Amino acid sequence: MDAHPFIPNSSDEIRKKIMEKLGIKSVDELFRDIPSSVRMESNKWDELDIGLKKPLSEIEVKRIVSEKLGKNKQLRIPPFLGGGAAPHYVPAVIKYIISRGEFLTSYTPYQPEISQGILQAIFEYQSLMAELLDMDIVNASMYDGASALAEALLMSMRVNKNRRKILLPSNMNPFHREVVMTYLYPHISQGRVIVEDIKYDPVTGLIDKEDLKEKISKDVIAVYLQNPNFFGLIEEDANDVSEIVHEYKVLFIIGIEPLSLGLIKSPGELGADIAVGEGQPLGLSLNFGSSYLGIFAIRDDPKLLRQMPGRLIGLAQTIEGGERAFAMVLQTREQHIRRSKATSNICTNEALSAIASAIYLSLLGRKGLVKLSRHIYYKSHYAMKMMRKNGIRANIFNADFFKEFTVSFNEYNISYQSIHEKLLEKGIHGGLYLGKLYPELGETALFAFTEVHQKQDIDLLVQSIKKSWRRGSRYV
Amino acid sequence: MFRQAKWSEPLIFELGNNGREGFLVPELEKEILDTVGEIHIPEKIRRTKEPELPMLSEVEVIRHYTRLTEMSYGVDNGPVPLGSCTMKYNPRIAWEIASDPRITEIHPLQDIRTIQGLLEMLYELQKWLANITGMDYCSLHPAAGAHGELAGILMIRKYHELRGNSEKKKYIIIPDSAHGTNPASAAMGGYSVIEVPSSKDGNIDIDALRSVVDESVAGLMITNPSTLGLFEENIVEIANIIHEVDGLLYYDGANLNGIMGYARPGDMGFDIAHINIHKTFGAPHGGGGPGAGPVCVKDKMIDEDKGISLKDLLPGYLVEYDEEKQMYYLKKPSEYSIGALKAFFGNTLPLIWGYVYILMLGAKGLRMVTEHAVLNTNYFNKLIENTQGLELPYGKDRPRKHETVISAEKLYQDTGVSAEDIAKGLLDAGFYAPTIYFPLIVKEALMIEFTESETLENIEKYAERIKDIVKTTYSNPDEPKKWPRNTAVGRIDIVKANHPKYVAPTWRVYLKKLKRYSTGEKQ
Ligand SMILES: Cc1ncc(COP(=O)(O)O)c(C=O)c1O
Repeated sequence: MDAHPFIPNSSDEIRKKIMEKLGIKSVDELFRDIPSSVRMESNKWDELDIGLKKPLSEIEVKRIVSEKLGKNKQLRIPPFLGGGAAPHYVPAVIKYIISRGEFLTSYTPYQPEISQGILQAIFEYQSLMAELLDMDIVNASMYDGASALAEALLMSMRVNKNRRKILLPSNMNPFHREVVMTYLYPHISQGRVIVEDIKYDPVTGLIDKEDLKEKISKDVIAVYLQNPNFFGLIEEDANDVSEIVHEYKVLFIIGIEPLSLGLIKSPGELGADIAVGEGQPLGLSLNFGSSYLGIFAIRDDPKLLRQMPGRLIGLAQTIEGGERAFAMVLQTREQHIRRSKATSNICTNEALSAIASAIYLSLLGRKGLVKLSRHIYYKSHYAMKMMRKNGIRANIFNADFFKEFTVSFNEYNISYQSIHEKLLEKGIHGGLYLGKLYPELGETALFAFTEVHQKQDIDLLVQSIKKSWRRGSRYV
Repeated sequence: MFRQAKWSEPLIFELGNNGREGFLVPELEKEILDTVGEIHIPEKIRRTKEPELPMLSEVEVIRHYTRLTEMSYGVDNGPVPLGSCTMKYNPRIAWEIASDPRITEIHPLQDIRTIQGLLEMLYELQKWLANITGMDYCSLHPAAGAHGELAGILMIRKYHELRGNSEKKKYIIIPDSAHGTNPASAAMGGYSVIEVPSSKDGNIDIDALRSVVDESVAGLMITNPSTLGLFEENIVEIANIIHEVDGLLYYDGANLNGIMGYARPGDMGFDIAHINIHKTFGAPHGGGGPGAGPVCVKDKMIDEDKGISLKDLLPGYLVEYDEEKQMYYLKKPSEYSIGALKAFFGNTLPLIWGYVYILMLGAKGLRMVTEHAVLNTNYFNKLIENTQGLELPYGKDRPRKHETVISAEKLYQDTGVSAEDIAKGLLDAGFYAPTIYFPLIVKEALMIEFTESETLENIEKYAERIKDIVKTTYSNPDEPKKWPRNTAVGRIDIVKANHPKYVAPTWRVYLKKLKRYSTGEKQ
């Protein structure tokens, strides 16, 4: 076989040199300790369906993949989908910096002296995110917003060891709830914790404070509030919730949307003990749900810090001369040191995504962030108003919203699916159907509008919905 | 001669100037402003305190981060032989393909009819990974190796529950050479950990294993080859011992690079396995992540009557193919699935890197990968054999696989120079250091994994450098404590950085402490 470009020693000459030095005639000698009963024969292996069996050139691979991706259907405008991720613009600067090999191809910076740049970049992410959230300490990232929340609840259980109940709002992201239930499962199945729902008010769509008051007690570990909630609604009484929660010394966890924080009170201002969120809107492409950013932040409290999961980069100094430097800190919480007593098993995280977000926050600055928040607010409200003008029931709840809102077709006896089909025919992807996740909402969908949707896109959507509905099939 | 850039780059907070902007948000059309009017968010929830973000132009931002990249080091810069991390070359073609807008612009909840091409690729990847590992089904859902481990442990828990044994199954057995994520994952899954020692030859001590195995054992987690780079010769017997008590065998796939095409976990008796796409299959580590950790199973029957098998417990979504509609679709494995571990499908971008990597190499090429990873390891061992102060512990005469672990204990005893000092000496030569102080069973461990990507010349230079370091150490044991000199900064005071009085994981905490201690010492 030819020498392979990824394997510099694969030429016959070099392989021979190495084998001579090792005193072996065949490479198989290096595998002699694999018992024959489990050894794979090369002729059998070569026939397995793995890639196209033999090496291919870049030219061939490029063509194969391009043909496959050609089977995807190109949408005419970015989808109006939210529900935990949404189309947002990613500045070219971000794409350029995170594609540089010094960052992209580096490992977790275990050797700080040669990794100062990436350590500083992650430290800056932690610090910039702390300002955005108005929280003190942010870790170097979790896998995504959902797992960050799950870990926040596990952490809360360790902090409030003798309590047994977790309260989750029923208007939180149901995909995040599913992840929470997976992570909590061992504890639930062993009776160590119970999860209870806090109802949402069917009129406002906001968390039902009375229900919360009824359910809260000294046995509650933590209360979660997602703001804006899954329906896109701004939890305007978050301050009251905070007071109720803290009266019982319960940990208050707020789930945020980073781009809303130019307009909406920060978790710090609302008295959150822990803040979590999905960082995707902050400089990350949609990627079919990939390579997002789990934001995880706490108040500066040693009790919380000791139990915090994930990696932390801290300021440091050189031994000689006391120069400013950066290094991983408080590692004794982590799996490689504390093993089964660690605060989490997380090792590989989403560092590069965190850096992408840091770059975006640097570009936006305090003015840009507020402008972008406003921009998204206006775009989504314009969509809502235009829908209403055209007789479409937009935002079925009577609270204000950010970026996302519900659209209901119940009154008109139209299935959302039929509208979705009509839109898709035109290359427009409508919102997320909610009837399965929230049966009480029936033929309702969740639509998202961001800075990537232009006015004419929104107008086209509204007109298309209106048309599809006139021609729309009856309830199916 | 190596000299890393040193910019003394200020923090982003110390850069910029009032009023600068780095990104223009498009202006809103008058019609939008008129239609919407004022912002209606109630005052009580309006942010009053502006976030204290810096103000920079685009030019400054790009210069700042470019300088930071210049003070970083990855596989594109030179050898990164971090043991256990499989820091191989990350093919740029995979980067290019993973940057294709036909992938990056896909929303995770998009109609599957619009993403058939992508699903086809993911479907193929599931199949290829199953064939590589000898398992039956793979879920691409977990976001990293440890995430796959958690999935595996939760599946083990579910397995015993479905068999009515959850009460008595309490322990996961893990060898003392295991990676920290293994015991941490077992604990997250609600199990206690029993550690078993390794024998002199580097295998698991079978007698010790037998002595702890009884009906309370839920499963065993191991890598094979081990973190010592040695193939577990008694794997079949170990599998039998665990299966006899209805325990499950979990394969930590971090070391798969050492056996591809030579042995498969599925053939060794493993029931569940994860794969680190960001190790074995060429996806980059990005300074810590993102990665992808698919988890695979043998289709082992759990409940004959109900027809439940291990496949049904898999997490997340599987890509399946509907022959009739000729369409790929996403499906939750079953009502018995352990559920989702993250929102949405999985870490698709690293998975695409893996897809491209496997397509570039095929079965034949992957076997070649392992062959050369192993040749490189043993070649390096040969080069440093008989170096004063260094020893190859465990199974001295056995060939290594993907990595080797060398102990500098003797050197440390003789001179006081530690594995860490050696690491810093390697940095000074423009090489990344090995993994040090892991596995825990080797004192002053230097864990070295060149992978198949390293050149003969660099392996030789690396060995030479280590020998030079040893020579210096014996003649002048104070010298290594002054390393590194050629990196952006010199040796860092880790103790102080962790001191409760100084520890500063964010700029705002630093400023707060600075204020509090302003009369005392500045950090
Ligand atoms: C042996 C071993 N197991 C598990 C892991 C965890 O994998 P990940 O970092 O992808 O979570 C690692 C990674 O360093 C490893 O080396």
